[in-house]
Amino acid sequence: MLSVLAQAAQSTPDITPGLTAIGRGIVYGGAAIGPGIGIGLVVGNAISSMARQPESAGMVRTTMFLGIAFTEALALFGFVLAFIISG
Amino acid sequence: MNFLAIDFPPISHAVEWPIIFGGDLLGVNKVVLLMWASVILVFAFFFIASRKQELIPAGVQNVAETTVDFIRDGIILQTMGEEGLFYTPLLLMMFSFIFVCNIWEVIPVAQMPVNARIALPMFMALLVYVMYHFVGIKRQGFGGYLKSSLVPPGVPKAILPLLVFIELITMLITKPLSLCVRLFANMFAGHLLLITFSIISATLFAIQWQIVILPFSAFLLFALTGFEVLVAFLQAFIFTILTAVYIGQSMHPEH
Repeated sequence: MLSVLAQAAQSTPDITPGLTAIGRGIVYGGAAIGPGIGIGLVVGNAISSMARQPESAGMVRTTMFLGIAFTEALALFGFVLAFIISG
Repeated sequence: MNFLAIDFPPISHAVEWPIIFGGDLLGVNKVVLLMWASVILVFAFFFIASRKQELIPAGVQNVAETTVDFIRDGIILQTMGEEGLFYTPLLLMMFSFIFVCNIWEVIPVAQMPVNARIALPMFMALLVYVMYHFVGIKRQGFGGYLKSSLVPPGVPKAILPLLVFIELITMLITKPLSLCVRLFANMFAGHLLLITFSIISATLFAIQWQIVILPFSAFLLFALTGFEVLVAFLQAFIFTILTAVYIGQSMHPEH
């Protein structure tokens, strides 16, 4: 019994790649939460203001894309960081 | 990487290309060739369009004038005002060049966005970085530029040090870094997405050709290709409009 356990302990597989994969998943998943909510807020408010004042749609659209770009940057940092993590 | 019995190549196979000619340091590979092709295309497009100018534009001249109008009305007049018209050539070239570089992603045979390697976005972000600091210092003087960009107007004295620190980080690091990473990561992610669905479609096709019409392989590949055209345009637009916004902030400080 003890010899079997000792043998199992000696031949532990290398878990680094698995942990790296889990870390990448956590990094990108975590980084996507906030920007997801943020882009939802930005686009939702832009749509409601466009619906109220259709004549200002052009200006609102430009500003909406700016807002999306600023918000999205955080998710993209997470995306790049997930690739930078190496096992 | 093996997932659901499909062999995915490692990431390096998707974006690293062998050197065609030249040495190790200045080697020319497919990405560099595509970048040169974009430069020639943009130059040739505007050269041909402006060679024979007519009052009623037709053909290439029409497209070129629409692009210039879009840059002027959609980007400059909305973010910088009349004064910013001086920067029209820069922003026009920036937009056209980034768009052509991005659109290689969906052109058959090429199928590699130049901006999926970080070198070009990083260089352009550095250019913008130097530029908006230069414009700010030239317009407002060194002290005035520091004051207008670091001290937000109308905040209580107690939290001023914290805000100055945050603004300093934003001005020196976050702005150029996010400009560079946004363009790079969007194109890189799109490239990986297209590769993933191409591999899935090809594998299904090899197993049994009828099942390639399953919803998450070929149809999604077509849809995503269309989406990537939109992303290529949108990223060129966003990079250009952010350049305009940053230069505009240096020109007209917030009161």
